[in-house]
Amino acid sequence: MSLKSTLRAATALSLITAGSAFADAHSATITIATVNNGDMIRMQGYTDQFTEATGIAVEWVTLEENVLRQRVTTDITTNGGQFDIMTIGMYETPIWGANDWLVPLDDLSAEYDAGDILPAMAGGLSHDGTLYAAPFYGESSMIMYRTDLMEAAGLEMPAAPSWSFIAKAAREMTDRDNDINGICLRGKAGWGEGGAFITAMSNSFGARWFDEDWNAQFDTREWSDTLNFYKNMMDDSGPSGFATNGFNENLSLFNQGKCGMWIDATVAASFVTGADSTVADSVGFALAPDNGLGKRSNWLWAWALAIPAGTQQVDEAKQFIEWATGTGYIEQVAANEGWANVPPGARTSLYENPNYQAVPFAQMTLDSILSADPTDSTVDPSPYVGIQFAAIPEFAGIATEVSQEFSAAYAGQQSIEEALEKAQAITNEAMEAAGYR
Amino acid sequence: MARSVTPRRKLLNTTVAWAIGLLIFFPILWTILTSFKSEAEAIAAPPIFLGFDWTLENYRIVMERSDYGRFLWNSIIIAGLSTILGCIIAVPAAWSMAFVPSKRTKDILLWMLSTKMLPAVGVLYPIYLLFIKMGLLDSRAGLVVVLMLINLPIIVWMLYTYFKEIPGEILEAARMDGATLRQELIYVLTPMAIPGIASTLLLNFILAWNEAFWTLNLTAVNAAPLTAFIASYSSPEGLFFAKLSAASTMAIAPILILGWFSQKQLVRGLTFGAVK
Repeated sequence: MSLKSTLRAATALSLITAGSAFADAHSATITIATVNNGDMIRMQGYTDQFTEATGIAVEWVTLEENVLRQRVTTDITTNGGQFDIMTIGMYETPIWGANDWLVPLDDLSAEYDAGDILPAMAGGLSHDGTLYAAPFYGESSMIMYRTDLMEAAGLEMPAAPSWSFIAKAAREMTDRDNDINGICLRGKAGWGEGGAFITAMSNSFGARWFDEDWNAQFDTREWSDTLNFYKNMMDDSGPSGFATNGFNENLSLFNQGKCGMWIDATVAASFVTGADSTVADSVGFALAPDNGLGKRSNWLWAWALAIPAGTQQVDEAKQFIEWATGTGYIEQVAANEGWANVPPGARTSLYENPNYQAVPFAQMTLDSILSADPTDSTVDPSPYVGIQFAAIPEFAGIATEVSQEFSAAYAGQQSIEEALEKAQAITNEAMEAAGYR
Repeated sequence: MARSVTPRRKLLNTTVAWAIGLLIFFPILWTILTSFKSEAEAIAAPPIFLGFDWTLENYRIVMERSDYGRFLWNSIIIAGLSTILGCIIAVPAAWSMAFVPSKRTKDILLWMLSTKMLPAVGVLYPIYLLFIKMGLLDSRAGLVVVLMLINLPIIVWMLYTYFKEIPGEILEAARMDGATLRQELIYVLTPMAIPGIASTLLLNFILAWNEAFWTLNLTAVNAAPLTAFIASYSSPEGLFFAKLSAASTMAIAPILILGWFSQKQLVRGLTFGAVK
């Protein structure tokens, strides 16, 4: 092909490109950035009904959680205006709300009934009492365990067990010959993976990330106790390579019958009792463990829909949020796909519904959510809001580094003491640089 | 004198070559196989190699959920145009560096290559702000320019290497015969460097097709290519490996086919001038 022909082809392609972009720009649509998980994908399937009812078309940008976080953070901090609705969590919402990056959701319609949102969720998605994101689904964490293995071990799971019971049960249930691990827990580096788990666990051991003057607290006995307890228990009764296991790896192990217990997100309950699980008929649930100090080791999280301040389509976005997070959507999903498949953990009325109360994990999910308080998550007072995170912009970066040190200790690449020393230094340095100290 | 190769040695070489080839290809093969499994079979331990119930269900779900055609079209446009544009700029640049070098040509070449060492995330915000100001966010035109600029150092370097193999006297002879610079480039240099240019274009097309940082960060709906299509099936909370594998297979299939059919040209171009 000659250069002239190449140039002609390039020009033609450019015109095609520009033409289709022009056509796209003139259709009335809202663009929603969201995460790839079962509940969100299910919602996308119902979007046509929203469009039929309102005439508003919806474009979805579905991304993996970490990619989405980076993508929407870049867009909102630069006022890029790429999205009309963003799916964000409890970590981002109060920070972004405080910076006026989100549209307040304080004028939703009476039919929507914002008062029905579970108080723990509404609190975590608000700043100064103003709701900035509507929860699509909420979760805490709890114990999922094999009732048959527990029975075979001659033990009975209390409704609210202690860590010492869990360690004992894990030891009893472990059967290395048959590839059964007593307990499976997250160890993977990342603030939302192993970092989230160990932070929530540390609360029950009396540890905290910062004292009231924002000094790091990794040099305390409580953190040392947390990490040593975790590592000893996992070395005794956990799967090999647990230092690199996250939610998916543990879900896979549990569904294949290779875990006696798994402490993780309450949304996993529908997976371990679903069609892909080989142990669906023998799964029980209990509250996440404590250590007798008044704080349990469960977290609180919600995937919520928020409107970035840069959008030109606030009214259309609000209409969608009211549709997607309202009671009507829940009833629609329940009617078509059963109550076990409705988005959980967002509305009080769902847990008052007798049909939903019949779902095996419903009550334990609610109890777990209700026992989590992001405004009072530590035994000793702390200056931050959040259970498995501290709701400050610097946390994600710091916690990612800290969790990498912890994972290296789990894998035996360094001692617990070394990991804690490094975590202390990393955190104090970052907090000093950010002007907190 | 050529060294004779014993049949035993030949067999050994062939076996080792096949083993290495299979090892490199295995992750792709595994992805393709997983795409035909159910989600439960995809995570089975020990893993099932071939003895599973083959299903097209994942492909059906992916096709139903995503507008594959739109992602594919965007990938073709973005990778294709960025490659062509890159070549249009790189051919004259490489020509001048190869045939009319200055004292600083080597330094310029090294500086160009050094821009590849900068982590992309380091310039994300400036580029993002620039794109907002210029109205280029989520546009194919914007991505074409960015991907062209990212791959330009590699194109220039490769073309420079190929051009250096062409005797300057031939171009000189063309000039003596009255060829203008444009004619010299189009009718003399380009035909002689076709294998090199073709392999450069192919490699650049593959690089642009697979680029995932800028294509994910600068697009939303209109310009999202197949990298965004794959990213929409990845999830840290939920086992969707079979669907992710189906999406990955669909995303890599066009480029695999292209690579398969053009492997002769690719190898010829990449080894051009390697043996004298």
